[in-house]
Parts: sequence; structure tokens; C-alpha cells
Amino acid sequence: MADTVEIKNRIEAALPGSTAEVEDTAGDSNHFRAVVTAPQFEGLTRIQQHKLINEIFEGELGGSIHALSIKTQTPEAART
Amino acid sequence: MSEENSNELRDHLATLIDENEVILFMKGNPEAPACGFSARTVAVLNSLGRKYAAVDILPDPRIRQELTAISDWPTIPQLFVDGELIGGCDIVTEMYESGELASVMGVEQPAPQPEGAPAPEASEIKSQGLQLENNL
Repeated sequence: MADTVEIKNRIEAALPGSTAEVEDTAGDSNHFRAVVTAPQFEGLTRIQQHKLINEIFEGELGGSIHALSIKTQTPEAART
Repeated sequence: MSEENSNELRDHLATLIDENEVILFMKGNPEAPACGFSARTVAVLNSLGRKYAAVDILPDPRIRQELTAISDWPTIPQLFVDGELIGGCDIVTEMYESGELASVMGVEQPAPQPEGAPAPEASEIKSQGLQLENNL
């Protein structure tokens, strides 16, 4: 069973310099939404950005974490 | 290495992705999506009024397994346009709202979307999905 703090910490640990805001959208510890701002996203397509996040939770998405909804942005985009 | 059957299935999926300009792999079918994320993605596609192929991945767990091996994308739905993975529900919704999806699919954005307008709800689904036979 995952929780929002664990997901946030794992994203921020995997992508140094990133910030992640994670909410448990259904209140069931199973459906999460993460807004991730990371310098590593610079120059990547959305698919590539999302894959960076998916890799952190490899094997868990669709399984123990039923749904992790992701929104990615670069630090620059986050400022505007 | 995968078993021979898996490779056959993977080749078949790759052919489907190749032969259909717009193809959605989903849970259920466009008339009866079996998951909220698939439903939302179908609603977005239907609102664009572009025909698309749809494949239900539920009948056989190997479909999802092989699809993920091709796309390197863990979750369902998955939308492909011109043989390229566009994304799942989040990316499709985000691109719809920004007008990028209409542009990728070569259609007009249906109506001017106010900034941050929500994507259409699943209840607005019209049957426009082109059904493929699931002979996988």
C-alpha cells in the first residue's frame, strides 16, 4: 500500500532538484495524482517526461498503485 | 526471450498500430468502457470526431503484456497516432485541452475551449469508435 508521502519522496529522490505534489484523489491509497516539476524534463517530450516517472514505479503502476495520474512541467514552465 | 505465441501476438499488435492511423488500446470498448480512464479518453476522441480503431485489452492478459513490451508504457489506455504512442489518459486530456491533440490528429478543435476548460465527460460518449475484431 502506497501513500502520498512515500510517492512524493520516491519521485524527489529519483529526480534530484524536483518537487512533487501528490494527492490521494479517491482517498483509497490507490488512486494518486502527482504534479512534478523537474529540471530533468527540459527538452523532453511529454511521453519521455512521463516515462521518467513511470520508471520510478516500474511494476507497481496498474498493480499495487492502481492509478497514478501525472502532470509534468519544467521549472521554467512552473514559473510562468 | 518470449515464447513463440507471445511474439506472434506482439507482431500482430505492431501491425495493428502500423495499419491504423489512430488506434486506442483500452479496457472495454468505446460503447462500454470498463475503466474511468478509458472512458475519459474515448470521450475526448469522440469529441474530435475523428474515426479511430479501438482494441479491448481485457479478453486476454497477454495483450496488455505484449502491448507494454512494444510501447514501454505500463498503463491502459494507450493512444497511438501514425504509429507513435501519444500517451495515456493524462497526456491525451492535456493535449486535448491545449488543442495539440486536434492538430496531431489533423482535425479542427471542436469548439473554442476556454482556458482550463475540462475535457468532455464520459457521459457524452457517442459511438464513433471503429470496432476491430479481437482476433488476437
